[in-house]
Amino acid sequence: MQVKFENAPWDGEAGRSRDDKAFRDISEHSGAHGRTMPESAFPIDGGGMKPAPFEYLAATSAAEAAEALAAANGDGKIIAGGQSLMPMINFRLVKPTILIDINRIAGLDRIEKHGERLRIGATVRHRMIATDALVHRHIPILHDAMHHVAHLTVRNRGTFCGSVCHADPAAEMPMMTLLLDGTIAALSIRGERQIAASEFFVGSLMTSLEPDEFVTWIDIDTLPPETGWGFEEFSRRHGDFALACVATTMRIVDGVACDVRFGMMGVGETPLRLPDIETLVEGQAISETLLQDVSEALKGLLQPNTDIHASADYRRHLAGVLARRALRDAWKRATFRKDGPDA
Amino acid sequence: MPEKKITLSVSVNGVAHTATIEPRMLLSDFLRHELGLTGTHVGCEHGVCGACTVLLDGRSARSCLTLAVQAEGVEIETVEGQGSVDQLGRIQEAFRQHHALQCGFCTPGFIMAITDMLRHHPLESDEQIREALSGNICRCTGYEHIVNAVRELARERGPLT
Repeated sequence: MQVKFENAPWDGEAGRSRDDKAFRDISEHSGAHGRTMPESAFPIDGGGMKPAPFEYLAATSAAEAAEALAAANGDGKIIAGGQSLMPMINFRLVKPTILIDINRIAGLDRIEKHGERLRIGATVRHRMIATDALVHRHIPILHDAMHHVAHLTVRNRGTFCGSVCHADPAAEMPMMTLLLDGTIAALSIRGERQIAASEFFVGSLMTSLEPDEFVTWIDIDTLPPETGWGFEEFSRRHGDFALACVATTMRIVDGVACDVRFGMMGVGETPLRLPDIETLVEGQAISETLLQDVSEALKGLLQPNTDIHASADYRRHLAGVLARRALRDAWKRATFRKDGPDA
Repeated sequence: MPEKKITLSVSVNGVAHTATIEPRMLLSDFLRHELGLTGTHVGCEHGVCGACTVLLDGRSARSCLTLAVQAEGVEIETVEGQGSVDQLGRIQEAFRQHHALQCGFCTPGFIMAITDMLRHHPLESDEQIREALSGNICRCTGYEHIVNAVRELARERGPLT
């Protein structure tokens, strides 16, 4: 039986070791028991752990890829880095009739600044973001976050856009796209549609992409130079998926926090922006009392899962601890940077 | 479903190869079964263990998460290009000196990942070395001796220019 997640192009970073939530979710959808490697993950129709047959197209233009995807009638998949899609294909959790490779399409591998936004093409690798000067200068929190994305070898291949499309609720790039008010460009033969990040993530591994659409670029905010940031992630081993993670940014104006952004992942079905926390912190100076209020408020806001790694209560506790650290870091950095970008 | 076979041209350790293969063939299987290059080991087949690491155009990649057809025109490097039993490559020699392997199953993946690390990564501290090695799993050594080998290699290389 083929389990279809119509909205997820199964692509991007991963290859990280964990009791893989993606596999568990899919096994649940297919009615099997959720375990690390559900029985349904093993090939039903013979052989070892090898992909089922498919056609392959190395597209040379976005239009060609869009046409092939439309012609596949919902059974095609786009491949860029393949670091999440290929494990799924190897386990035969995904059995596309055609794989459309977008790696050879010219122009998709660029990071460009357009005004106050940074545009990341569909084949930009994690490694390129980790070493890009524009990212380092204008979105230092994204530069920091890259160190938590899987491992060197996976970062060499996996793509930012693919990770966002894969929409793992415990992966960094979906959360960063939400935090930085991303816009996702979805192309199909019907034309280009621009989707706000707030409308994009609809569930665990599910996005609002239509089956005939694929992502060609994502725009995200750059941050004013005086912005401070905090990024705190806890995982069992470095590079694994997060048990919980907080990302926050703020500026300091007249001694109080302003333009506060607060995102989390690993504690829900999708990455989260928490406007209630943002409102709580906005216009305040960071103090121990405020941090206490934040961690209390989080307990009421979050509904994390219990799984083999951690209970829901533990995750709620962790969220509070990480939030305090991240907000303190952001305040400290904003204090340091408000005298000028090079201060 | 009939699968259309695809003709593929790649260079492996500087030697050109052409083969006609199914699109679903993994690069790891292509290297081992089509070319007989069994130095690339296959562990988990879903990108977790790092045993199948090879270099694609100079950068490390999981060959189990790469389709062979995606390697069209790519320069592939495998552990066979590092040296031979009689003439070990520098990384292999460091592994021997530091006892950085026991059963050896994970070793080809480590050697290739370290090749990438030494070409592109600062490796100025043990922390950086350990982070860079974190994508490869070894069940014998406890990693200490592998870190020792890489530390020596990094010192020998000096700072990246």
